[in-house]
Amino acid sequence: MAQEPILTARGLVKRYGRVTALDRADFDLYPGEILAVIGDNGAGKSSMIKAISGAVTPDEGEIRLEGKPIQFRSPMEARQAGIETVYQNLALSPALSIADNMFLGREIRKPGIMGKWFRSLDRAAMEKQARAKLSELGLMTIQNINQAVETLSGGQRQGVAVARAAAFGSKVVIMDEPTAALGVKESRRVLELILDVRRRGLPIVLISHNMPHVFEVADRIHIHRLGRRLCVINPKDYTMSDAVAFMTGAKEPPREAIAA
Amino acid sequence: MGETNTAAQPSQEFEKVLADSSTDVASFDAHDKTLLQKLQHFLHSSPAAVPLIVLVLSLIAFGVILGGKFFSAFTMTLILQQVAIVGIVGAAQTLVILTAGIDLSVGAIMVLSSVIMGQFTFRYGFPPALSVICGLGVGALCGYINGTLVARMKLPPFIVTLGMWQIVLASNFLYSANETIRAQDISANASILQFFGQNFRIGNAVFTYGVVVMVLLVCLLWYVLNRTAWGRYVYAVGDDPEAAKLAGVNVTRMLISIYTLSGLICALAGWALIGRIGSVSPTAGQFANIESITAVVIGGISLFGGRGSIMGMLFGALIVGVFSLGLRLMGTDPQWTYLLIGLLIIIAVAIDQWIRKVAA
Repeated sequence: MAQEPILTARGLVKRYGRVTALDRADFDLYPGEILAVIGDNGAGKSSMIKAISGAVTPDEGEIRLEGKPIQFRSPMEARQAGIETVYQNLALSPALSIADNMFLGREIRKPGIMGKWFRSLDRAAMEKQARAKLSELGLMTIQNINQAVETLSGGQRQGVAVARAAAFGSKVVIMDEPTAALGVKESRRVLELILDVRRRGLPIVLISHNMPHVFEVADRIHIHRLGRRLCVINPKDYTMSDAVAFMTGAKEPPREAIAA
Repeated sequence: MGETNTAAQPSQEFEKVLADSSTDVASFDAHDKTLLQKLQHFLHSSPAAVPLIVLVLSLIAFGVILGGKFFSAFTMTLILQQVAIVGIVGAAQTLVILTAGIDLSVGAIMVLSSVIMGQFTFRYGFPPALSVICGLGVGALCGYINGTLVARMKLPPFIVTLGMWQIVLASNFLYSANETIRAQDISANASILQFFGQNFRIGNAVFTYGVVVMVLLVCLLWYVLNRTAWGRYVYAVGDDPEAAKLAGVNVTRMLISIYTLSGLICALAGWALIGRIGSVSPTAGQFANIESITAVVIGGISLFGGRGSIMGMLFGALIVGVFSLGLRLMGTDPQWTYLLIGLLIIIAVAIDQWIRKVAA
């Protein structure tokens, strides 16, 4: 890891009333890697992810994207900076079409007077791009780009959400429990999607409780405990039992992992 | 976390059998569907189809029963004239119901706006055109207050607009002192107020400008809802506000703009109302809120938000118009009209629930 991290956080603090969700937490994401974030319930991993994706503003601490300090006040600002998040609930509108959903909040307007004065959407262009993105990720079992998202299966919906993030995320893609609600086969498909996205050069932050999935795809594992980063381990050097032991405090992590 | 301790290998044994599993799971194409399922899917993708079919069927039915008396250009355009007000208010109601809200104050806002247009002209001597603008402004303001209470204070739309209905209606009576401005005075001094009552003829067909503005408004809103980002957001907000927010839609601002536009459209209906009845009366249009909700529901727009087409609302309003006039021409007791409309409402909601099951 001689490279500079693309996304870093130092000393993040977030308090909710008397609860300290983040206690001087650090975070590093390197270019082109899949970083898994694991931690027990209440360890503060979702608060940290929300701070990075703009959903909450930390009380203290600094976040840098490509070395430049950033401060997001909304998920929109994070998106504009190139950080896309696939939320656990997917944030899709069931009655809208696949194409409409992919471009929700950043529609393409027609060129010329129709677009400028009548604010007409360029349906053809959006459908074409949506179709291109979905086939790029091998999701073309979906035949009709205009079908409503509610007529898709769980895995296909997840695919649309991942495709949306991959299509617009220029710097970082964050995925919150992408396989939690899926069956075996659909989980497999989503894991392949995650690897596809990495192959295209985008670094991914993967939040998951599913240890086999984490150990399979992650390059590094960030273990969160009691509001801060406990250690970062390489999944090749440790077993799942070790990771769970560190996560729950049953075992002390090795010194070199803490330094990382 | 039980499985994590036992499965020590990163490779996942249990998934290896997937290679042999059937590959046609993801296919969801149409060959093995029954006719009924195909119908369900068709109706799911074209929500205005049911009201259109009902409209055509009821036109045919009354045409067969009544013959030429019903199927004349004059009668057909008379129906249009009678639904013009409900159609305009229904357009406002459609926008709100698409966001999973409801607006009970539409009729009251309409009447207050018409009263302001009249009173500003005759009490304060404003130029009529300026009074019209003031009336439109007050309508938009009422809508803005509704929208702010719903979006910022997070109050339920039903309660907000129930309260607003009473407040606006009472203000209307207090302000106007229950006084009607006579039609003769308006046509003599401020004929612009009656603009939407003027008509032109094509053969036997009589079109008022009120009908024209209703049709134009519905077409314009159809374009906005289907072809602009704002329109897509209306559906997204009604469908799942949380998802819309995460996807980057400013839900608060959307709701406020939708309710404000709804208020403005109601004021436009108030202007058209003066044209329709000739005078400015604070007691007119009492049932506009219920009639507009009826048109929207019969038009196949879901009260749960996010589904339906504004064209459906227009068809719904026309169905009510066709039934009222058709039954009146048959000489039946007008109560039959209400009875049949009531039935239609319940059937429409039942069909909506059935269509929604496509998603399940």
